[in-house]
Amino acid sequence: MSENFKFITPELFLVVFNLCFLVAMLFVKSQAILSNSNKISAVALLTTALLVYSNPVDSDPIINGFYTSNEFTAFFKILILLLSSVILYLSDAYLKKNNLLKYEYPVLINFSVFGMMIVISSNDLMTLYLGIEIQSLSLYIIAAYRRDNLKSTEAGLKYFILGALSSGLLLYGISLVYGSTGSTQFHIIYNSIMYTERMLGLQIGMVFLLSAIAFKFAAFPFHMWTPDVYDGSPTPVTAFMAIVPKLAVGAMLAKVLFDVFGGISDKWQMVLVFLSGGSMIIGALGAIAQTNIKRLVGYSSIGHVGFALMGLAAVSPEGLSGFIIYLFLYSIMMLGIFAFILNMEKEGVLVADIYLLAQYSENRPGASFAFSLLLFSLAGIPPLAGFICKLYVMMAIINSGLMYLALVGAIVSVIGAFYYLRIVYIIYFSESRGNLDAKIPAGHLLILFLSSAAIVIGTYNLLGVEPLTRLAAESLLY
Amino acid sequence: MDFILSLITFLPLLGALIIALFVPGSDPDSSENAKRVSLVTSIIVFLLSLVMFSGFDKNSSDFQFIEEFLWLGFFNYKLGVDGISVVLILLTTSMMPLVFLSSWTTQKRVKEYLIAFLILETLMVGVFVSLDIFLFYVFFEAGLIPMFLIIGIWGGKERVFASFKFFLYTLLGSILMLIAMIVIWDISGTTDITRLLKYEFESEPFYILGFYIPSGIQTFLWLGFFASFAVKLPMFPVHTWLPDAHVQAPTSGSVLLAAILLKMGGYGFIRFSIPMFYEASLYFQDFIFILSVIAIIYTSLIALVQTDMKKLIAYSSVAHMGFVTIGLFSFNQQGIDGAIFQMVSHGLISAALFLVVGVVYERTHTREIQAFGGLVNRMPNYAMVFMVLTLANVGLPGTSGFVGEFLSLLGAFKVSPVYAIFGAVGVILSACYGLLLYKRIMLGELIKENLKRIDDLSLREKFCLYPLVLLIITFGIYPKPILETYGATVADYVLKFN
Repeated sequence: MSENFKFITPELFLVVFNLCFLVAMLFVKSQAILSNSNKISAVALLTTALLVYSNPVDSDPIINGFYTSNEFTAFFKILILLLSSVILYLSDAYLKKNNLLKYEYPVLINFSVFGMMIVISSNDLMTLYLGIEIQSLSLYIIAAYRRDNLKSTEAGLKYFILGALSSGLLLYGISLVYGSTGSTQFHIIYNSIMYTERMLGLQIGMVFLLSAIAFKFAAFPFHMWTPDVYDGSPTPVTAFMAIVPKLAVGAMLAKVLFDVFGGISDKWQMVLVFLSGGSMIIGALGAIAQTNIKRLVGYSSIGHVGFALMGLAAVSPEGLSGFIIYLFLYSIMMLGIFAFILNMEKEGVLVADIYLLAQYSENRPGASFAFSLLLFSLAGIPPLAGFICKLYVMMAIINSGLMYLALVGAIVSVIGAFYYLRIVYIIYFSESRGNLDAKIPAGHLLILFLSSAAIVIGTYNLLGVEPLTRLAAESLLY
Repeated sequence: MDFILSLITFLPLLGALIIALFVPGSDPDSSENAKRVSLVTSIIVFLLSLVMFSGFDKNSSDFQFIEEFLWLGFFNYKLGVDGISVVLILLTTSMMPLVFLSSWTTQKRVKEYLIAFLILETLMVGVFVSLDIFLFYVFFEAGLIPMFLIIGIWGGKERVFASFKFFLYTLLGSILMLIAMIVIWDISGTTDITRLLKYEFESEPFYILGFYIPSGIQTFLWLGFFASFAVKLPMFPVHTWLPDAHVQAPTSGSVLLAAILLKMGGYGFIRFSIPMFYEASLYFQDFIFILSVIAIIYTSLIALVQTDMKKLIAYSSVAHMGFVTIGLFSFNQQGIDGAIFQMVSHGLISAALFLVVGVVYERTHTREIQAFGGLVNRMPNYAMVFMVLTLANVGLPGTSGFVGEFLSLLGAFKVSPVYAIFGAVGVILSACYGLLLYKRIMLGELIKENLKRIDDLSLREKFCLYPLVLLIITFGIYPKPILETYGATVADYVLKFN
C-alpha cells in the first residue's frame, strides 16, 4: 500500500496545502496574505504540476485498482493545473476591483482542480463519482460567488439543481453497470463485457452514464444550462468553467468510453454521433442571436464540444488523438479570449455587450488584432491552429466512414464563421464608437498575446503537443 | 536557388513584419515610409520571380524548383511550379507593385492597409506554388481574412454586407472542397499533388439510395471541388457575391480580386478537377458548358443596364470567366491553352479597367456613369488608355483579349459548335456594353460643372497604366511567350486524356 503513495503525491500535496491554507486563513487576518491569496494558490497549483511531471507512470491500475497514473492522466493533469493557475492570476485583478477578494475563492478553485485530478485518474466508477462531486460542488459555490447579485445566484442555483440531476443519472448508470457486470472497476468491467449476456442493463447503464457526462460536458441535448450559467457567473468563474472542467470531463469521457465500454464501441458510436452533430448545430444556431459575449462564448463552447466529440465518434486512435488536440487548442484559445473579455470595461464596470466593442481597434490596435486572430482561429480559418484541429477530427471521422457528420461540421463552420466575424466586424468596421476605456494590465495583455501567438505558431507543429497526445491516446487504448 | 519559391512566397510577409515592427506611428511621414517599404518589397519579389522564370525549363511538363519539408506528418510543406502556375505567379508578382502604386493616396490606416496587401500577396503566391492539397487549402482559404478586412475596412458604403457575403459564399464553397480533400487523402493515402495526378480514382458507376451515380466516387469529389472553384471563379449562378464585393472594395482591392483571386478558381479546375477526375469532368462537360454560356450571355446583358462603372466591369468579369471554363472543359490543346491565356489576359485587362475607374473615382468620388461625359476633352491620355482597354475587353484582334477568347471558342467548337456559337454571341454583347460605357463617359460635350477642372493622368497613374496597356497589346500581337511557357504542360495533360 505504502509504495502506492508515490503515485498520488501531487493530489495529496494539493489537498493538504488547501486544507492548511483554509485553516490558516481562518485565524490569520493578514491583509497582505489575503491580497496575495490568488497568487499563493496559483503557485501551489504550479508546484503540483511539477510534482505530476516528476510522478512515475504505471500502465497498470494502482491502489487496489482504484486509480491510474499514466501518460494520459499526466498530460491532462498538467494541462489543467497550468491553465487553472493562469486563470487564478487572471481573476486577481477582477476580484480586487469588484471587492470580491476572499480567500475562499482560490481555495474553492483548488478543491475543484483537486476533484478534476481524481476524475482524470480514477479507475473505478465510485472514485469517478467522488471526483465529479468534489469538482462540481466547488463550482456550484463559485458560480454563485456574487451572492448579492441576482443573476449570479440564479446561475449557481440552476447549475446546482441540474448538476444534482446529472449526478443522479450518473449514480443510476453506475448501479446498472455494476448490476450487469459485478464490478465498478474499469478493467474488470471492460473484460466482463466481452463475456456478459446481460447486455440490456449494461447498455441502459451506459446511456445513463453518457448522459450524465454529456451534462457536465455541456453537449446537446444537455446543454441548456450553459448560456445561463456562463452569463450569470462572475467572469473569472466563467473563464474557469469554460476551460478547465471541459478538459477534465473530456478526459473522463474518453476514459469511460475506451477503458470501460471499449468492447461495445459499435453501441456508443451512434450516441456520440448524435451528441456531436446536435451540439455543433445548436452551438452554431444558438450563437447567432447573442449579443452578450458571455452567452455567445457559452454557445460557441457547445459547438466546439460537438467538434471535439467528432473525434471520439470516429472510434480510432487518430480520432482520440484529434479529440485531445482539439480540447488542448480550444483551451489555449479560450484563455486568450477570456483575458480579453475580463478587460471589457466601460467607466469601471465590466460589460458584456459586443456592440460596445465598436471601433475598439482605434483605441487598442494590438489587443484588437490579437483578439481577432483568436476569433478567426475559433472560426476554423486556416492557417491558424483552430483549423488544424478541426482538420484532425474531420480526417478521423471521414476515415471511419461517417461522411455525413463531417458534412454537418462543414456547414456548421460556415454559420459559426458568421458570428465570429460579426465581432471582428464590430471591432474594426463599426460606424459608432463603443468607448470601452479600460486599461488592460500588462499580465493580461501578455496572456492574450501569448495565446494568439500560440495559435499562429501552432500551425507549424501544434506546439509540439501531437506526439504527447499520441502517447496519451495509446496509453488509454492499450 | 533551392529555396527560391519559398523566398518569393514569404518575402512579402517579411515586408509586412518590417512595416508592423519598424515603422512606428501613423503620421504622414511614417505612412510614406510604409508605402515605400511595401513598394520595394513587391518589386524585389517581382524581380525574384523573373529570376525564377529565367531558370524555368519551358520544354518540360514536370514540376520544377521542388522543395519539400516535413510538416505535420500526414501533410507536408511541398512547393513546385509547372508551366501553368509559373504564368500565374508572374501575373501576381507583377500586379503587386502596380497595386501599391495605385493605392499611394490612401489616407485611412495606411500601415494596416499595406500589411493586409502584403499578407495577401504571400497567400496568393502560395496558392499557385503549393504541391500539397492541404497546403493549397491553407493558402486558398487564408486569403479570405485579408480580403475580408480590405473590403470591410477600406470599402465603400455597403462594405459590411459585401464583405460578409464575400466571406460566407467563399467559405461555404471551400469547406466542401476541404471534405473532398480529406476523402482524397482517405482513398489514396497521400496529399502530394504530384502523386495524386498519377493516381487513378475509382470511376465505376454505382447506386446509392436508389440514385444512379454516373462516375462513382469521382462524381462526389468533383462536385466538392466544383463548389469551391465555381464560387471563386465565379460561375453562374453563384456569381452574385462578385459585383457586391467589387463595388464596395477599394480600387486596389478590386484590382487584386479581378486579376488574381478569380484566377484561383480557374487554376483549381485545371490543377485538380480536370486531371484528377477526368471521367467525372467528361460527364459534367455539358453542364459546365451550359453554365458558362448562360454566364456569358446573361451577365453581359446585365452589364448593359448597369449604372455603376465598377459593377459593369464586375459583370463583364463574370462573362469573361465564362470563356475560361468553356475553354478548360473542351479538353483539347486549343481550348485549355486559350483558357489559361484568357486568365492572364483578363487579369491584365480587368485590373487596368478597375484602375481606370479608380482614376476618375479619386477625382470625383462617384462611379455613376451618369455623372460623367465628355471626359476626352480634358483627359486625352486617359481617353486613349480607356479606349485600348475597352477594345481589349471586347476582344479586338491585336489585343490579348482576342487570343484568349478565340482559342477558347476554337477549342469549344471542336467539341460542340452550338455552345461555341452561343459563346461568340457574348463577344458581340461585350462590344455593346463596352462601347456604350466608353461613349457615355468619354465622348460628347463636357457639360458637367465639376468635370471642367478635372486633370489628366498624373505621372504615378501613368506608371500604373502604361505597362499594363503595353503588355495587353504586346501579348495580343505576339502571344508566344505566354503560350509556350505552359504549352508543354498542357500538351502533356491532353495526351493523358486521350
